[in-house]
Amino acid sequence: MEYFYTISGLLSLFKRINYSLVNISDHEQILLQGVATNDKKAIETIYRENYGSIQSFIVKNNGYPDDARDIFQEAMIVLFEKATSGSFELTCQIKTYLYSVCRRLWLKRLQQLQRFNPSVEILEETIAVEDELETHNKRNEDLILMENALMKIGEPCKSLLEAYYLQKKSMPEIADFFGYTNADNAKTQKYKCLVRLKKIFFAQYKNG
Amino acid sequence: MDDILLLDAIERYRNGEMADQEKTFFEELRKTNPAIDQMAVEHTFFLQELQKLSETKLYKQSLNEVENTLVNEGVIAKKQLKGKVKIVYLWNRYRRTIAVAACIAGLVSIGTAALVTIYSDKKKENNITWLKGQIERTKKDVAILKQQSENTTPPVIIHPKFNANFRATGFLIDGNGFIATNAHVINNANNLVVENTKGDQFIAVPVYVNKSTDLAILKISDTSFRKINLLPYSIPKSSSELGEQIFTLGYPKEEVVYGEGYISAKSGYSGDTTAYQISISVNPGNSGGPVINKNGEVIGIISSKETNADGVVFAIKSKNIYNALEEIKKEQLIKLPTSASTKGMDRVHQIKKIEDCVFMVKGN
Repeated sequence: MEYFYTISGLLSLFKRINYSLVNISDHEQILLQGVATNDKKAIETIYRENYGSIQSFIVKNNGYPDDARDIFQEAMIVLFEKATSGSFELTCQIKTYLYSVCRRLWLKRLQQLQRFNPSVEILEETIAVEDELETHNKRNEDLILMENALMKIGEPCKSLLEAYYLQKKSMPEIADFFGYTNADNAKTQKYKCLVRLKKIFFAQYKNG
Repeated sequence: MDDILLLDAIERYRNGEMADQEKTFFEELRKTNPAIDQMAVEHTFFLQELQKLSETKLYKQSLNEVENTLVNEGVIAKKQLKGKVKIVYLWNRYRRTIAVAACIAGLVSIGTAALVTIYSDKKKENNITWLKGQIERTKKDVAILKQQSENTTPPVIIHPKFNANFRATGFLIDGNGFIATNAHVINNANNLVVENTKGDQFIAVPVYVNKSTDLAILKISDTSFRKINLLPYSIPKSSSELGEQIFTLGYPKEEVVYGEGYISAKSGYSGDTTAYQISISVNPGNSGGPVINKNGEVIGIISSKETNADGVVFAIKSKNIYNALEEIKKEQLIKLPTSASTKGMDRVHQIKKIEDCVFMVKGN
């Protein structure tokens, strides 16, 4: 029996090494591309492969399970930003990357909450992600700025701009939906709204 | 309007919707006009920001959708944790609290144990010394009294020149001149004199002494004593309730002194059920005084006080008087008052009526 276990253990170990050696570029690269193109299958795969370890890390370190969801989602957004920036090179496994980001984010959160923080267990390999998180924060702030500006211009401007720029609807479609007599009128209205949005956005952006 | 045209041009240029000719023209325009060029750059940046927002929003939507599927599948824990994860989570979250609580509990139990040991030992010792002290004091008293009785020649005329060496209190239980007091008061006394609030003195003789209940009954033997027809208080057989307000009159000094308190326990020293524990301020001389409730009922007789505790006084229950009467009814006919005329009176009037029946008991 023991013999059998040893053999099977060795086999599975070998398989794992083999898998990681062969697929580190293939499997992970595909997943990363999936993230960049907002492919739900890829996202789901990453969730399935990594969520458990992140959750146990956070729960072990004074977190609620809901904190784990927040943190993981934010890490996924960081990964998305990385993937879409075009300059991302896969220097490590997605698992390591996510773990590092989550760890950093969670430590920061703990500091903010001033929750008692025993030395966080480091079992996994981590990489330095401080710079990336700074970029992420800056980007996040910009996005919040844009969202706030959109909130401020009011309706129907907000819906009109969202329909065109966010939902990528065509001008005739929008004209139809909002009840403009033709696409050109809708377009003129859209530009007027855009000018207002720009004013609000840049006023805050420059101040910030 | 110009701005709008320009914006439109910039967007069409960005989206590659311009015809070649227009494109060349537009590029030329940007080169020659820095303001337009700046505007184009700015707008491009702005559109990129919008684009980012759009992408991020869509991406977040996907994330949420994936999360929901996984929550439904049970891959992601819902709020309600189960099994091992929950234990780990609870343990991590509350281990500090648990540790602190355990420490406090430990300290408290050790502290309590220590306090209990210290105080229980002390209490025992105290009680022992107290009792011993009583005995020694009694012995001393006996010795003094003996000496005194040896020294003094028996008086021929007791009053009005009566040299008393103790003073206590007693009260009428029968208008014919029967007075209840403590047995320890008349112990070792050769002669007894009772004195009312007016200063009239009468010779009295004990007709009943019970050292175990500490009750004694005296009879005024003086013919000068005038019978009191109706006593202002009654003496009930039943026992009283905890917390009942009571008062007493007594002679801790040469004149009658009023004191009030309440019944604090239904048993006396060391669980003696023939007595009450009352909380009242009394002094030597109050012994034998009546304990009266607001209805004018004499519910007890002050007898002793715990020396090492404040306001712990013991009073013999009035029922003991009835028991005493049973024993002596063959020799003496005593009729206890059963209705109190002072019932319902205010305290000042009650005292005025009652004080006439409370006597100073002196002796030597």
